[in-house]
Amino acid sequence: MAVLVVAEHDNAELKDPTFNTVTAAAEIDDDAHVLVAGAGCRAVADAAAAIAAVRKVLLVDDAAYEHRLAEAMAPLLVSLADGYDAVLAPADTFGKDLMPRAAALADAAQISDIQEVVSPDTFVRPIYAGNALATVRSPDATKFMTVRATAFAAAEATGGAAPVEETASAGDPGLSTYVGSEVSGKERPELASARVVVSGGRGMQSGDNFRLIENVADRLGAAVGASRAAVDAGFVPNDYQVGQTGKIVAPELYVAVGISGAIQHLAGMKDSKVIVAINKDEEAPIFQVADFGLVADLFDALPELEKELEKIGL
Amino acid sequence: MKVFVAVKRVIDYNVKVRVKADGTGVETANVKMSMNPFDEIGVEEALRLREAGKAEEVVAVGLGPRQCQETIRTALAMGADRGIHVKTDAELQPLAVAKLLKAVIEEERPGLVILGKQAIDDDSSQTGQMTAALLGWPQATFASRLDIGNESARVTREVDGGLETVDVKMPCVVTTDLRLNEPRYASLPNIMKAKKKPIDEKTPEELGVDAAPRLETLRVTEPPGREAGIKVESVAELVDKLRNEAGVI
Ligand SMILES: Cc1cc2nc3c(=O)[nH]c(=O)nc-3n(C[C@H](O)[C@H](O)[C@H](O)COP(=O)(O)OP(=O)(O)OC[C@H]3O[C@@H](n4cnc5c(N)ncnc54)[C@H](O)[C@@H]3O)c2cc1C
Repeated sequence: MAVLVVAEHDNAELKDPTFNTVTAAAEIDDDAHVLVAGAGCRAVADAAAAIAAVRKVLLVDDAAYEHRLAEAMAPLLVSLADGYDAVLAPADTFGKDLMPRAAALADAAQISDIQEVVSPDTFVRPIYAGNALATVRSPDATKFMTVRATAFAAAEATGGAAPVEETASAGDPGLSTYVGSEVSGKERPELASARVVVSGGRGMQSGDNFRLIENVADRLGAAVGASRAAVDAGFVPNDYQVGQTGKIVAPELYVAVGISGAIQHLAGMKDSKVIVAINKDEEAPIFQVADFGLVADLFDALPELEKELEKIGL
Repeated sequence: MKVFVAVKRVIDYNVKVRVKADGTGVETANVKMSMNPFDEIGVEEALRLREAGKAEEVVAVGLGPRQCQETIRTALAMGADRGIHVKTDAELQPLAVAKLLKAVIEEERPGLVILGKQAIDDDSSQTGQMTAALLGWPQATFASRLDIGNESARVTREVDGGLETVDVKMPCVVTTDLRLNEPRYASLPNIMKAKKKPIDEKTPEELGVDAAPRLETLRVTEPPGREAGIKVESVAELVDKLRNEAGVI
């Protein structure tokens, strides 16, 4: 049976994790559909239809979904779920907010953060901050799941020509209203999907000192991340947090600066291809997962790193 | 207004979790257990509402085996007024917890229910949303700021792009994020006082809820480890390795 992916978007563009979620859907069943619910979001539906692996796009264009609040979205998903083997969304704040609500309305269990499709009813997901992997089987006719984007390749954005079907709105239950957003800087790549991430921790000592991280990040075209301690201290905004309870990243290169390597932090980055740690404490646990460790004071190492990168033309 | 806070007993966040050799789960024997850190934030928020005169009573609800009473006592020692323990030795999955919570909530009619945004054991991040769904209430998840009014609550949420603010009708379910507050420690006199506070016991049967697990866990395994890396002596060596050996810059 078909699988439905709930598109994450901002009424203008698809968000990156949607593409990875489509790949997971196609692993469950070839017949992958995408639901684009929003307001004035035709362009998003067209973009979804162009994804090579997508067979059909459902477009629900209604003011009720302008901000895709879970209270409005969940009944819509349930109204569509019957024909589907599974309904998937990315395991980020969008999908985590929405999918349990939809699952409960459908009296189904929800499977969070799947990182592997074993068979159409069996999936692997991390538990205990990724210190264990659980293989779980669901008996539900329609499975509601969130997908760990970093565990699946991004689907090809072009090559498809799926039909876009306009679908009925389920209306606004009137339980919640969007008030506003405070969006952090957009100059850099998205943290969750960047090819390179440079993160700073408590060792940075201040928000101003994050400039040293940004200078290096700019040369590498990298996103900037942080440990919880750096966010709690107010050095950087909340959405920089990498870890068990923040964002999961798996870039080609992750550089951890002034971060000790608590399990909660490792949970968010240990699947990175290459890990670099810069820390003045040679006993710091981050060195146990680092491919390249540099024991140094970050206030010397970061400016030096910037110079060395400049030397090689970056 | 009465505020409900759900409290879960989990392996302490400082413990290095080990997978059992037989692949049925993780080692819990002789392991330090604590209240889920996000639930501590929930208790703290409820207490602050009471202290600000916005709530009259804070009720801590725990679900699971006998030992959950320790977790409920911790909430009472922090300052919660009384506890409810839904007692069962069976495995509880988020959907079942949500159904049980719904049953107690319908009996007691709190105006606000606070849960942690996730439990650090199964990392599911589901129970608050499911509870809200079953009650037909709005949900304000991942809250970093909560302003309770009469008819509605204004909640700032930590989302991937930054912060989002929503208004939700009361009654509602709120799930806590890390920046909502810094939970207090229980003082010794309060720990003593907590021993006398009442904890009501209920069972899933009494509540008329089928709490049987839905998902079947086939096995629990250890994730593949990372190979040990090397230490470099200088920044220049680091850059050279990243460019010429790893090929990532
Ligand atoms: C419920 C819960 C959820 C959590 N979720 C997360 C999460 O999602 N993500 C996360 O990151 N953490 C999380 N944590 C917190 C985690 O346990 C650690 O406290 C946190 O990761 C520590 O951050 P840190 O490494 O920056 O700080 P510290 O542990 O204080 O480490 C600072 C490091 O900087 C080094 N340093 C200091 N000065 C310098 C210098 N001049 N040069 C070089 N090195 C220097 C020190 O040697 C030290 O190793 C969570 C905790 C709990 C309880």
